[in-house]
Amino acid sequence: MLIHENSLALYLSKSPNLSRIFSYMSKLPLLGDEAIAQAAIDAGLSGLFAYPGTPSTEITEYVLRSKEVKEGKIIASWTSNEKTAMEAAMGVSYIGKRGMTCMKHVGLNVAADAFINSAITGANGGLLVVSADDPSMHSSQNEQDSRFFGNFAMIPILEPSNQQEAYDMVHYAYEFSEKYEIPVLMRITTRLAHSRAGVVRSETRPQNKLRLPKTSNQFILLPGNARRRYKMLLGTQDSFIRESEESAFNKYFDSEDKKLGVIACGIAYNYLIENFPEQKVPHPVLKIGQYPLPRKLIEKIYKECDEVLVLEEGYPLVEESLRGFMNNGKTIHGRLDGTIPRDGELNPGIVAKAFGISFFEGREPSGNVVGRPPSLCKGCPHIYSYNALTEALEKYAKGRVFSDIGCYTLGALEPFTAIDTCVDMGASITMAKGAADTGLVPAVAVIGDSTFTHSGMTGLLDAVISKSPITVMILDNETTAMTGGQNSNAHGKIEDICTGLGVEEKHIHVLNPIQKHHDENMAVIKKELEYNGVSVVIPRRECIQTLAARIRAEKYKVKSATQ
Amino acid sequence: MKKDIILAGVGGQGILSIAAIIGTAALGKGLYLKQAEVHGMSQRGGDVHSNLRLSDKPVASDLIPGGQADMIIAVEPMESLRYVSMLAENGWLITNSTPHVNIKNYPELDDIIKEIRSLPQHIIIDADEIAKDLGNKRAANMVILGAALPFIGMETQIFHDAVRTIFGRKGEEIVKLNIDALKAGYDFAVSAIGTG
Repeated sequence: MLIHENSLALYLSKSPNLSRIFSYMSKLPLLGDEAIAQAAIDAGLSGLFAYPGTPSTEITEYVLRSKEVKEGKIIASWTSNEKTAMEAAMGVSYIGKRGMTCMKHVGLNVAADAFINSAITGANGGLLVVSADDPSMHSSQNEQDSRFFGNFAMIPILEPSNQQEAYDMVHYAYEFSEKYEIPVLMRITTRLAHSRAGVVRSETRPQNKLRLPKTSNQFILLPGNARRRYKMLLGTQDSFIRESEESAFNKYFDSEDKKLGVIACGIAYNYLIENFPEQKVPHPVLKIGQYPLPRKLIEKIYKECDEVLVLEEGYPLVEESLRGFMNNGKTIHGRLDGTIPRDGELNPGIVAKAFGISFFEGREPSGNVVGRPPSLCKGCPHIYSYNALTEALEKYAKGRVFSDIGCYTLGALEPFTAIDTCVDMGASITMAKGAADTGLVPAVAVIGDSTFTHSGMTGLLDAVISKSPITVMILDNETTAMTGGQNSNAHGKIEDICTGLGVEEKHIHVLNPIQKHHDENMAVIKKELEYNGVSVVIPRRECIQTLAARIRAEKYKVKSATQ
Repeated sequence: MKKDIILAGVGGQGILSIAAIIGTAALGKGLYLKQAEVHGMSQRGGDVHSNLRLSDKPVASDLIPGGQADMIIAVEPMESLRYVSMLAENGWLITNSTPHVNIKNYPELDDIIKEIRSLPQHIIIDADEIAKDLGNKRAANMVILGAALPFIGMETQIFHDAVRTIFGRKGEEIVKLNIDALKAGYDFAVSAIGTG
């Protein structure tokens, strides 16, 4: 069949479903993260601000690589932390344009002040917040569930089950955000963020023009205004529920066997379907992709079925709200009654067991496999920083090195065992301060350059003000290494920041962390440990991964230029 | 047609390149694809793996159900066994025989090889040696992929095209090296099955 190209295009543009079937040729193999990024570009994004964090990093990286950013049509950049990113995105929304911010789940804790208040100010241009959760803690310190934050802020939440839905939901989120003048949260998890599948793009939309809020005091949260705005937010909740009830992302699939009804949220729906290949699930299924929960659909499945099974990635949010405090209704199965493990990521096997489906569970795990934990790269500057620090601390009792989030957290493992804490971004300096102020002297903080400008600077100011006897080691590898080498806002500014905050210049030292300088580096640290005030030691050498990548890129450039 | 494949190796050994080539080939054939990768912390010299699912019908789960992988393709022998519980009863295990030893307590290689040989369907190939003979040790991952091609159920030409798509930007020399590596791995596997 031969159709003239133009008439085919015209035909397809009028039949969106057909266009999807025909355009398998143009399916892009995108990570969930990349699908979100491409969708934002296509939906008329004007400004994206983010701080890197696994598993959200690839969203911003994809946008940064786009031709729209290179041509200056979209503004995108890494910021100092998630809070500054969230606020910058709110600024984009304030002027009527479409803004986005992306972060890992714990980043939303950092952005929380701005995030919760953005629900009170509301949005002007579309405002999308993407938070990527990490159930099973593949690369995180907890597995908190961002849906609670969405509920807390009382804003709509979208939770895609696959990459195509992630793409489609971004377009929907911006329409929704502008219709109700409300920020929208998209919650994804590692498995979707880092899994690739074919995605079909839809039509692109031009960016919004600059247009300030219609009501001039919308963004002034003085108590009088805030009370009024809060009542407006409360008043819109019913509309959000109605939208959820009518949304294509919440679907009710009826079936005969009503002994059980299944509520499957986000990616959990895939694990359900995986267990019923080629056939319909025998029980009614309510697929959830949009919150607040669609009340009528929930009531329907609860009324019609004897018992309900809730499948959700993360915390038992839906399950808890169905049970209620008294739990005196119908039997609800899920993470709280042990049908599903209380923690960790879901998978097809866990869901199979919940249905009592038997399957070949595989061989016994091999006895010939040992752990291969991640480790600092060969030649990594942190190795030499830790060697010097550990030796400098030899004469003191153990337990005084407060560390932070980054590659250098691997200093907790063999052969270093050089650090004693790792809690949250910036906690090294502040915990060392608290410990030193109340008796642990000397105390050491070990923090990376990017983490220092993320959340370490304010803590350092606190330490300077109280003259805390701490030695702060800022491991400057001139990049945000652990997430893959994004630009660090600290670059070229660390000494100025430290002196600006009041650290005495004679107690700021820059070291070259290589084996050859071990003895002198160790001596500098040793001396500063004895100083009864704030010292800053900055071992500085470029991350060997970014160095290698830079050399490769330069070689490639030379090669292409000579060809 | 449905193929569930586990790719395994150590960070930096090129399993994402293998995944990208199989993925490109599959999309070229109009197949459905889901490919779950590991990013972040675990890349620093730790073990890495990827779940790759190809099918002529839509794929639901991004993760392969336990005990149902049709193949494990590994760039490192101990890593080939890390997810052996994922392998289907008659699944294929295709692995490099050259170990990557960056830990003190690496098990006896003989025990590892013995266990691999006890599986009903396996290919053990010295991909590093073959790649070195072809002129570049870094093509070992493509030798391994080549050794897996007889069992993937798609014609080999489509993988050669995928290599061209993925590596084309790096020049004809690199494309040729990688295609030669695929062919060498393929030939090894075919003769290995032939001789039982």
